[in-house]
Amino acid sequence: MAPIRVLMAKPGLDGHDRGAKVVSRALRDAGMEVIYTGLRQSPEQIVLAAIQEDVDIIGLSCLSGAHNSLFPKVVDGLKAKGAGEIVVFGGGVIPEADIPGLLASGIAAVFTPGTSLEEIVSWVRKRVKNHHE
Amino acid sequence: MQDKQEKLAQWQQKLEQGKARFPERKAEFESSSGIPLQTVYTPLDLSQTDEFALPGEFPYTRGVQRNMYRGRLWTMRQYAGFASAQESNERYKYLLSQGQTGLSVAFDLPTQIGLDSDHSLSEGEVGKVGVAIDSLADMEILFSDIPLDKVSTSMTINAPAIVLLAMYLVVAEKQGVEWNKLKGTIQNDILKEYVARGTYIFPPEPSLKIITDIFAFCAENVPNWNTISISGYHIREAGATAVQEVAFTLANAICYVETAMAAGQKVDDFAPRLSFFFNAHSNLFEEVAKFRAARKLWAEIMRDRFGAKAEKSLLLRFHTQTAGCTLTAQQPDNNVVRVALQALAAVLGGTQSLHTNSRDEALALPSEDSVRIALRTQQIIAHETGVADVVDPLGGSYYIEDLTNQIEEKVKDMLTKIDDMGGAVAAINAGYIQRQIQDSAYNYQLGVERKEQIIVGVNQFTVEDETQPDLLRVDPAVGVEQNQRLAALKSQRNQDAVNSGLAAIRTAAEKGDNIFPLVLDSVRAYASLGEICGVLREVYGEYQGKDLV
Repeated sequence: MAPIRVLMAKPGLDGHDRGAKVVSRALRDAGMEVIYTGLRQSPEQIVLAAIQEDVDIIGLSCLSGAHNSLFPKVVDGLKAKGAGEIVVFGGGVIPEADIPGLLASGIAAVFTPGTSLEEIVSWVRKRVKNHHE
Repeated sequence: MQDKQEKLAQWQQKLEQGKARFPERKAEFESSSGIPLQTVYTPLDLSQTDEFALPGEFPYTRGVQRNMYRGRLWTMRQYAGFASAQESNERYKYLLSQGQTGLSVAFDLPTQIGLDSDHSLSEGEVGKVGVAIDSLADMEILFSDIPLDKVSTSMTINAPAIVLLAMYLVVAEKQGVEWNKLKGTIQNDILKEYVARGTYIFPPEPSLKIITDIFAFCAENVPNWNTISISGYHIREAGATAVQEVAFTLANAICYVETAMAAGQKVDDFAPRLSFFFNAHSNLFEEVAKFRAARKLWAEIMRDRFGAKAEKSLLLRFHTQTAGCTLTAQQPDNNVVRVALQALAAVLGGTQSLHTNSRDEALALPSEDSVRIALRTQQIIAHETGVADVVDPLGGSYYIEDLTNQIEEKVKDMLTKIDDMGGAVAAINAGYIQRQIQDSAYNYQLGVERKEQIIVGVNQFTVEDETQPDLLRVDPAVGVEQNQRLAALKSQRNQDAVNSGLAAIRTAAEKGDNIFPLVLDSVRAYASLGEICGVLREVYGEYQGKDLV
């Protein structure tokens, strides 16, 4: 079976990329193919990269508080380009009160500080597998 | 000596016998930087230590002043800023009324990246991680009713530091405060932005040129201003170990000194205004030793490598912030304890100023209650524990002295390696420093996963039902209001003055002249931050991140 392809992205202006890079390496060590966008990506750039790279899933990381305006734009952008099947998850400094709204906007899961790498890896595996079925 | 070694050998033999029956908690004990730790330290470990080193004397291992906090306590400086200039101004006045002794301005990300609030990339970010500043008009509000000759102000601003400092100077002019009365710091440390913090704009070469413009202008016109705060803080937050934090910070510092000297400046003219910024992590003794080693290393580098003669050029003066990355979202009140211990390390290590983090920062921007507890933590350390009453109270501890020496040796090795690569910029361009930091961050996280590193409340001692504290929310309307203010400003100002000011900046930048005086003129004419940085972007180009995973 082909490995799961992941786009790890930093939307907005936030420069905190420790989490995005650590999660990227964990997913790669778990056998997935991971592409990291680097900093300061607009939602449009992330959508294009995801389609070009033909990924199964996108991880969004934001620690600046701009998640509510940026994350849903990626989901909407994918749908508008006919790529709504690509799963989107997120992480960062995200208050619990914001999570229901993000989930309702189509973000499949939100991982906050303290989440173990194992939990993220197994969630991605399960989510993409279900998706392919 | 012979007797002592024999006594220790016998003791170790008994120790090993005991361990055979009762194994220790771990097979190996080491510091967070991987320095192996002995069971106990003795006078035999002091062979590399000058036992009669004194504070305020070369190489300043024990402190930059003779009497340290017996004269004046460290500056209690809480990093703050959010939403509009008006709201941040109110928070500053509140903090000053609560006994804070210096201001520390947090700018929002668009400001830090030289974009106006109405730029498309600014959407969702305006006023979020700091205050939004688009022009002098915002800066006037930010410092209204705060006499700039009475406070010292630290501004966390890097790529566009020249513009924000120019705004501060013009606000001072309008308050009638002479520039030589101003005290404060701009972070102005671009090299760490490329490896850790991410708010770069221009490529390294023009960025270093702007930094030396600031050194030169301030040496003449704003003599008491700290023109740079060379920062290990963010390097550590990005995952570096204590040893890497010191090594990469000093490598960057060496680069700034070399650049300014290459531009013809005399080392003793600008070096006294260099300052540093470090992280205070949880491994208490390693942190104290780290601060001591950093002071010694810097004094030796400045004297021996750069031939500095003025005593002030040799002093590593530093601000400290407790470690944001150690704060947990789980059981957030536990963070008050973490912060207190980290702050204690900073004070035992001889910091000149200190920011204590708030307990809720793994969840959101800090609330007013949380900020007050963080400030009170410093005040308790200062006034109730007695730790500030004796200089370098851990000096002479066999363990601390040995750890100080070990860190010093390891940092020297790393600096040699970076020198061999061609210096900090070459090491950054090669991705070496980024890779080192990333490896440390990943290894740390793997240690957490394997429970070799216990984090209370996260991978052990967890509770089922976490209660969420009340969090600060930034009103999304801030962005809209800020854009309206900017539009109003642009319709009211003298556009000819703005246009000619921006053209003058462009010419100076193209010719390689010092741009500071021209940035001041444009700021006075209410040119926006985005307009000024826009011109510089056109002349200098933009840095493309080297993001490897």
